[in-house]
Amino acid sequence: MGELTSLLEGGRAEEALPDKKPLYSEAEARAEAERCLYCTDAPCIQACPTEIDIPTFIKKIASGNVRGSARTILEQNLLGYSCSRVCPVEELCAGSCVYVGWGREPIAIGRLQRFATETVLAEPTKSPGLRALYTPKPKIGKRVACIGGGPASLAFAGYLALEGVDAVVLEKRAIAGGLNATGIAPYKLHAAEAVREVEWVLDLGIELRRNVSVGEGGVRGAQLLTEYDAVFVGVGLGEDSRLGVPGEDGPGVIGAVDWIERMKLDPKTDKPRGRVVVVGGGNTAIDVARECAQLGAQDVVMVYRRTRDAMSGYAHELAAARKEGVRLLEQAVPVEVIRRQGALVAVRLARTEGGRPVPGTEWELACDQIIVAIGQSKLRAIAGELPGVELDAKGCVVADAATGQTGNPRVFAGGDCVNGGKEVVNAVADGRNAARHLIAQWKGSSNG
Amino acid sequence: MADLSIDFAGIRSPNPFWLASAPPTNTGEQVMRAFDAGWGGAVWKTLGDPIMNVSSRFGAVDLGTYKMMGLNNIELISDRPLDVNLKEIYEVKKRYPKHALIASLMTETREDWRVLIKKAEDAGADGLELNFGCPHGMCERGMGSCVGQEPKLITEITSWAKEFAKTPVLIKLTPNTGDIVEVGLAAVAGGCDGLSLINTIKSIVGIDLDRMVALPRVGDASTNGGYCGPAVKPIALHLVAALARERGITVPISGIGGISNWRDAAEFIALGSTSVQVCTAVMHHGYRIVEDMIEGLNEFLDARGMKSVEQLRRAAIRSYREWGELDLGYKIVAQIDPKTCIGCQVCVTACNDGAHQCIFVGDEEKQRPPHAHTHGNAKPPQPFPVGLIAGERLPWIDEPECVGCNLCQLVCPVPGCITMKEVEGEAPHETWNDRTRDGRTKLPGGIHD
Ligand SMILES: Cc1cc2nc3c(=O)[nH]c(=O)nc-3n(C[C@H](O)[C@H](O)[C@H](O)COP(=O)(O)OP(=O)(O)OC[C@H]3O[C@@H](n4cnc5c(N)ncnc54)[C@H](O)[C@@H]3O)c2cc1C
Ligand SMILES: Cc1cc2nc3c(=O)[nH]c(=O)nc-3n(C[C@H](O)[C@H](O)[C@H](O)COP(=O)(O)O)c2cc1C
Ligand code: SF4
Ligand code: SF4
Ligand code: SF4
Repeated sequence: MGELTSLLEGGRAEEALPDKKPLYSEAEARAEAERCLYCTDAPCIQACPTEIDIPTFIKKIASGNVRGSARTILEQNLLGYSCSRVCPVEELCAGSCVYVGWGREPIAIGRLQRFATETVLAEPTKSPGLRALYTPKPKIGKRVACIGGGPASLAFAGYLALEGVDAVVLEKRAIAGGLNATGIAPYKLHAAEAVREVEWVLDLGIELRRNVSVGEGGVRGAQLLTEYDAVFVGVGLGEDSRLGVPGEDGPGVIGAVDWIERMKLDPKTDKPRGRVVVVGGGNTAIDVARECAQLGAQDVVMVYRRTRDAMSGYAHELAAARKEGVRLLEQAVPVEVIRRQGALVAVRLARTEGGRPVPGTEWELACDQIIVAIGQSKLRAIAGELPGVELDAKGCVVADAATGQTGNPRVFAGGDCVNGGKEVVNAVADGRNAARHLIAQWKGSSNG
Repeated sequence: MADLSIDFAGIRSPNPFWLASAPPTNTGEQVMRAFDAGWGGAVWKTLGDPIMNVSSRFGAVDLGTYKMMGLNNIELISDRPLDVNLKEIYEVKKRYPKHALIASLMTETREDWRVLIKKAEDAGADGLELNFGCPHGMCERGMGSCVGQEPKLITEITSWAKEFAKTPVLIKLTPNTGDIVEVGLAAVAGGCDGLSLINTIKSIVGIDLDRMVALPRVGDASTNGGYCGPAVKPIALHLVAALARERGITVPISGIGGISNWRDAAEFIALGSTSVQVCTAVMHHGYRIVEDMIEGLNEFLDARGMKSVEQLRRAAIRSYREWGELDLGYKIVAQIDPKTCIGCQVCVTACNDGAHQCIFVGDEEKQRPPHAHTHGNAKPPQPFPVGLIAGERLPWIDEPECVGCNLCQLVCPVPGCITMKEVEGEAPHETWNDRTRDGRTKLPGGIHD
């Protein structure tokens, strides 16, 4: 067990939720791998934001070349392990597998990817980690600092470490991994597994500084720019947005990302009891609703201000939530939180039209907990730390789509803080692309 | 990383993986793409006087969802002008000096061979492979397997070639012969520097039952072709091993036939091949498969602690014996894993109809068939096992009756579910040859009893 893993205390609520898609046995993996048709210009590759050569890694599983398979994956996606478990494959690679059009079960690409990466990286006989497969190149005398220890930064740092760059990751939390550790639904990935992957990446010789915040009261951006050749901004998003209705402040009302982090990491947090109202229609809202239902809440109601078709949450996730007993209330919005002697007793809802409350339609829904999943704020302050870095109107860091370069040529950015909140795989793609660009730039200038 | 490079009769190659003389080596553009993909060498599509081809040219055997487990063709040698081919060989060799480039040749008279060999060597070929193997079309014209089936002709033409050639001369053998050792020795007698085998096997791949014409169909008729691909691998392995074991075969062997991945290649090398050649697998999946072949072989050698591919060569030759040298006392019985069995009972039917009637289902005693060797009923194991997945459908083996034929293991769809366990048998550890030496070859119940 690595140092980071040992930071996780036992008795966390998430531990009660089992893996929905357990690790394949070798026989299962081979049997599934044999089904793959090894398509040319495979649609599954095209649907992967990191463009993993899926048929090649699957064929290698079929031939028994599992180490080669892991290499094929990690070459394109250094966090291929967590992605195999958290990616919405139904929407990405597997969703575009040729078998779908044929009316047959698509290849279980995520599970095969997990088999290859986990089998090789967690191999008990070797020291677990990326060095089981790679030896970083000799040092080239360059140093980079990454702000934030999430997937975007880890990919950036990892690919550069392989090229002989000294990388330091500064993480404000006690634990690294970003939302992989603090936010992913446990039935996809538990915190311990996310953190284990962080250790595999750090194995390449990356320095992690935990409990270090960049900004006012912490390490200053200007200092990083003088000490390092380049800086990567991978800070993700900020706190949960608030409802902005009367009665919201006080016990019983909590932001979704905050609630999930406690559920995953804090052993002192109780499991949800009684009736839970989840506000929102995105994937975070669905995740929270499913987690509450699975952890034994008496009743879980999702409240969404438009109709189902307008929800940003995936259809397959909503279908799974409904199977677990989650109810969906469409075209409704909270207008007040009702308390008795300070304690939460109900939420007052209004019917909506076009997403807006219609006066006179209010009613009360009794509940014991309200979890608010209507988005996260942007960490705008980071731009002020780094001269030249700009934010767009929504508060996202402005960076070149192909290279991740910001208005300051020595500052790169990627992941949620740039795209406003997508998937882990997008964050990895950003970090990797920025690393590749930077290396090419350095090599180019040393040649020229 | 192990050293994959080889020296084949003086022809150096960065790895043992060569493309066989066939459509993937038709043109310079293709061969260069193949070298970029990682192939260590290529044997150019056979050169000679240009021919004419027909359409269609190929037929195949599929197995389940697996396409083209066997491929049949009626294509002839290169249909491109010789000088165009030679110019491209020159170009490729110039750009890829470290790769092995071998010219496959086929012609008739001594004078033809002299000129063809000179032209191929002038173009820069590292070696020559004489095609004595093509089993269709060319043999009707007195070339290809027509030569390869005649030991005298093999020796004669090989010695001509050796007289003219400055580079190593490989002879590509046909499997369409009664005794591969005889033709192999004939080539060695002619002075050849290496042997390549197998070329394709004379075959008819199938019939279009609506038209009553064999495949591949050319208008209203067809002809026999040459069979290759994964289906022919066992035949090729045997022929390679037969030569590798023979003392008189003093030259290196290039193994060919059904090689699709590193495992196949490792098997050919373990049976004595120095290089391996691939055709069908590349026609099916492209040059890209070599990446897995190189990496997989490397991983295998590393895992085995072997420093070079040379250490693998012939590793399985010593254990290849005559039937008469096998241990008659060695015994194994089948064992079913209750955790992974899915209860399909494919094994039950296979053993009952195709083997020795000793797999049963259910927790009661079973009556053995009247011909059983063991007396009394078959007894289910105690405590009676219930399958994790299969539940009550989990079969069990009547061990005293199991002869260890492994049919059940071969038909079981779940890899690793049925294993064969070594047990102490009743027969003593001796071989049939031991018994022959002591004159104990007569068993009760013979023709004269
Ligand atoms: C509830 C929830 C569920 C999700 N589920 C999935 C899913 O199933 N599949 C999927 O693919 N994606 C999912 N996502 C999205 C995914 O988690 C993110 O897209 C991804 O983690 C973004 O990576 P990142 O590196 O940009 O940022 P993050 O993962 O947010 O990491 C940023 C890190 O930076 C640190 N940090 C922030 N500011 C500073 C500072 N000033 N100094 C130092 N450190 C700082 C933070 O503590 C954090 O560790 C989910 C998101 C949420 C909120
Ligand atoms: C379409 C086709 C054309 C071939 N042409 C030649 C040839 O011109 N010369 C030759 O020596 N072998 C020829 N062969 C035989 C192959 O080189 C090889 O010996 C055989 O296909 C077995 O290898 P495989 O199982 O990997 O395909 C041909 C095979 C095919 C399928
Ligand atoms: S689309 Fe499906 S069948 Fe085709 S290569 Fe991808 S996973 Fe395999
Ligand atoms: S064939 Fe294999 S899986 Fe099927 S019943 Fe027999 S042992 Fe079980
Ligand atoms: S090894 Fe042969 S005899 Fe024994 S159980 Fe299997 S099929 Fe029957």
